[in-house]
Amino acid sequence: MSALVEISDLAVSFPSEAGLVRAVRGVSLDVRAGEVLGVVGESGSGKTVMSLSVIGLLPDSARASGSVVFGGRDLLTLDDDEMSRLRGREISMVFQDPLSALNPVHTIGRQLAEALLIHQDVSREVAARRAVELLEIVGIPRPGERAQSYPHEFSGGMRQRVMIALAIANQPKVILADEPTTALDVTVQAQILDVLRTARDMTGAAIVLVTHDLGVVAGLADRVAIMYAGKVVEVGPVADVYAAPAMPYTIGLLGSIPRVDAGAGDRLASIPGAPPSPVALPDGCAFAPRCPAAQPVCGAQIPPLATVGPERAIACVRGADIAVLRREGRLFVATPRPLGHASTADGVAIEVRGLRKTFPLLKGAVMRRRVGSVFAVDGVDLTLRAGRSLALVGESGCGKTTTLLEILNLVAPEAGSITVLGRDAAALTKAERLEMRKDLQIVFQDPFASLDPRLPIGDAIAEPLRTFGVPRDRQDARVHELLELVGLQRDQATKYPAEFSGGQRQRIAIARALALNPKVLALDEPVSALDVSVRAGVLNLLSELQEKLSLSYLFVSHDLSVVRRIADDIAVMYLGGIVESGPVPEVFARPRHPYTQALLSAVPIPDPSVERARQRIVLTGDLPSPADPPSGCRFHTRCHVRATLAPDVSARCVRERPVLSAHGSGAVACHATLG
Amino acid sequence: MTTFDAAGAASAAPAGEERLSRARLIRRRFLRNRLALFGIAVIATMFFVAFVSPLFAPWNYYENDFTALLQGPSASHWFGTTQIGVDVFAQTMRGLQKSLIIGMLVAVFSTGLSALVGAFAGYVQGRADRVVMWVVDLLLVLPSFLVLVLLSRFYQTKNWLFLVFGLTVLDWMITARVVRGIAMSLRERDFVRAARYMGVPTSTIIVRHLLPNMASILIIAATLNVAGAILAETGLSYLGFGVQAPDVSLGTLIAEGTASALTYPWLFVFAGGILILTVLAFSFIGDGVRDAFDPGSARGGGRVE
Repeated sequence: MSALVEISDLAVSFPSEAGLVRAVRGVSLDVRAGEVLGVVGESGSGKTVMSLSVIGLLPDSARASGSVVFGGRDLLTLDDDEMSRLRGREISMVFQDPLSALNPVHTIGRQLAEALLIHQDVSREVAARRAVELLEIVGIPRPGERAQSYPHEFSGGMRQRVMIALAIANQPKVILADEPTTALDVTVQAQILDVLRTARDMTGAAIVLVTHDLGVVAGLADRVAIMYAGKVVEVGPVADVYAAPAMPYTIGLLGSIPRVDAGAGDRLASIPGAPPSPVALPDGCAFAPRCPAAQPVCGAQIPPLATVGPERAIACVRGADIAVLRREGRLFVATPRPLGHASTADGVAIEVRGLRKTFPLLKGAVMRRRVGSVFAVDGVDLTLRAGRSLALVGESGCGKTTTLLEILNLVAPEAGSITVLGRDAAALTKAERLEMRKDLQIVFQDPFASLDPRLPIGDAIAEPLRTFGVPRDRQDARVHELLELVGLQRDQATKYPAEFSGGQRQRIAIARALALNPKVLALDEPVSALDVSVRAGVLNLLSELQEKLSLSYLFVSHDLSVVRRIADDIAVMYLGGIVESGPVPEVFARPRHPYTQALLSAVPIPDPSVERARQRIVLTGDLPSPADPPSGCRFHTRCHVRATLAPDVSARCVRERPVLSAHGSGAVACHATLG
Repeated sequence: MTTFDAAGAASAAPAGEERLSRARLIRRRFLRNRLALFGIAVIATMFFVAFVSPLFAPWNYYENDFTALLQGPSASHWFGTTQIGVDVFAQTMRGLQKSLIIGMLVAVFSTGLSALVGAFAGYVQGRADRVVMWVVDLLLVLPSFLVLVLLSRFYQTKNWLFLVFGLTVLDWMITARVVRGIAMSLRERDFVRAARYMGVPTSTIIVRHLLPNMASILIIAATLNVAGAILAETGLSYLGFGVQAPDVSLGTLIAEGTASALTYPWLFVFAGGILILTVLAFSFIGDGVRDAFDPGSARGGGRVE
């Protein structure tokens, strides 16, 4: 196979106040006709900048050198007019955020037709007809009608389908997809990946799939290139790279991602440290400071990308030794989890019964009247046992964060009851509620937002101590103790949050939450904002702390592989209600509710052989609006099981909302399962 | 293992630099702004001359030199003299002192007031917020100049600090609205929410978390408010409702000088020129500070990914 796009020695840098940002540092990569090339890297690895330079959309301040040869021409030397002729027709792009990439004031059909008219000599009628065909190809129901809709009338998944339709409109030779599914829910992600597969089959275009998600690449890509700090560090066929990674970074990355199909067992291998800043890169191999196999030679020179086998190349001077180390299991090994984890403590930390929270839909500027309600949470039952972790799982908009915040507010809910550590929230006085806050603390999703940028981290950690009147000298001692507990140095207390990486910041947020020795910790997506290579470290820390301090965790997440790793019990939420709950091993092995089954099957597994052999349940459609939830079982509009049911049961699904009832060791809310 | 340490130190260094560079970055951006530097130089000179020169100048602003009535600038009277033989240079310096002090005090007090009120209203929301915003709207629709004119009967005979108070009370509302908007968005940030769930009291949250995080806005507002306050003070004094004789401000000097602006220009030109220069200089500094804090178009140098 010949190379369609030949990137050689591409380097891109940006001037900045802090110094020269070297985003891409000498990347050589081929894109072959008709293949799917996965480009994997963490934030700051240069993967996006590299793809932007292929399509000629680098910002004006960027300085690019090297060459990107496509169709006998070096794309870096073309001016904007010449690039415009190629863009969309020969090379097209699918962006991460489809809302900002579509023009909100034109209909979808018109935007698609526009794309055709620019590059092809066809009449308006033909273009409009072709636009509808394209919408049909990408799986938009009633395409003729939907072509007349505006972007805001589409859901996120539907918009991404439109973006793909735009990208394939002119039969391009290369489609660049930059994190095409990152902004989407997991069940919708599965749909979009299918659409991308269809698009490739229909047009025969090569797809460059830029992502941080190794699971997505495992299912779709033929070859994979791993990027780190602006360089490609490993490249090869997907199956080979996943089966026998050869560069230490790849080994660490594959070892550190939690898998939904793995047992709870051992701790994840974790890569120490954080990716280097593109302004201050270390000499030599950029990964050497984090590499357990680093030797003096690694810091001496930047390792070139050297061929190590058929189709494979890695950038590591110790390539041969690494292979031996990996085979002997001495690199990034999972440390076994100490025994006696299962908490013997009895009792219930948090109990929620029939919780409801609605937000009013208001209309009118002067006289606000209530025209309806958004049922964010409607009838949630949860039980968090002391010393265990309960994961609340669901897609965005299902009400899991609302549930968490309702519990943390410690006031009487709209309906139902919240009991925390044996006390009914509705019956608390103001003083008791304050006292209760000591025992119930929260860690937020985004550590960049949850720490006050103007407060040194020592003061941030001491804040709860000050609030509860701990004397000054005891505060300092406790801050130092906490910093060490979460794996930071005590002399870092005077630094500001900006000096820490994402993973370190999340450790600081955890230290702050632990300051008052709480009994329950609420964790709102604690690792989803972190880079893949630092997630494992934070997850390990959380399980370690739970064992040491016998904490109870209420864990909110959309990521099932993380839940598999950290939680004891799981409660699956769909559109404001719990559809299934039970012990994690049980639910993951035998999901009983159709939604749980679909959710589990949609999670990509970072192993090409498993991923490709899997039977997948791909749900149709999107999450219905919580302002107008479906009647009866809220899942019935997307349920794949209902079609196989007897007519009377099927009718019951539409008519009657199933109640969460005990089933086996868990509970499930489904007419079909309960019979 | 030696490389490990060396590399570790190398990667720690940029992190340590990052915070320093924030302050340094703002300073560097500010220093790049020629007009702002010019403003700083002008204001520094004004302050120095206004406060130091009376110590050495041959005449006082209330002394009469009966040998020189209505004389033009000369070696002994640098800016000339008035109809009753008062040295115009001494008068102008005295007026400049008053205008600078009043301008700065009003800017600081009104920004402080708007910070507290705005942050409180934006943070607590609900009924308290509605009441505060109602008061703000009420004060905004009152023609503040007219109110001060009416009140002048009361404070004319008193200390000039009452004038500062009056100007402050009628100058804080717009900044307060801006601050309230920022407070409302900061309120929803996770670090404020985290503090709330820790049980931190409202007053502490406002002082420790909200105000420091809007410091840049407050600094900008204060700098820009100085020019406005000086203009308001001179305007009032010009019309006879501000600083009262025998004390002088730039406004009273200009008022006295206008009648003979064409025949005896030195009575008018120096006070007027210094006023224009001062207000311009403060505006330049205000713009410079704002541009330094808000990278705006310099964004191209930021982080990319």
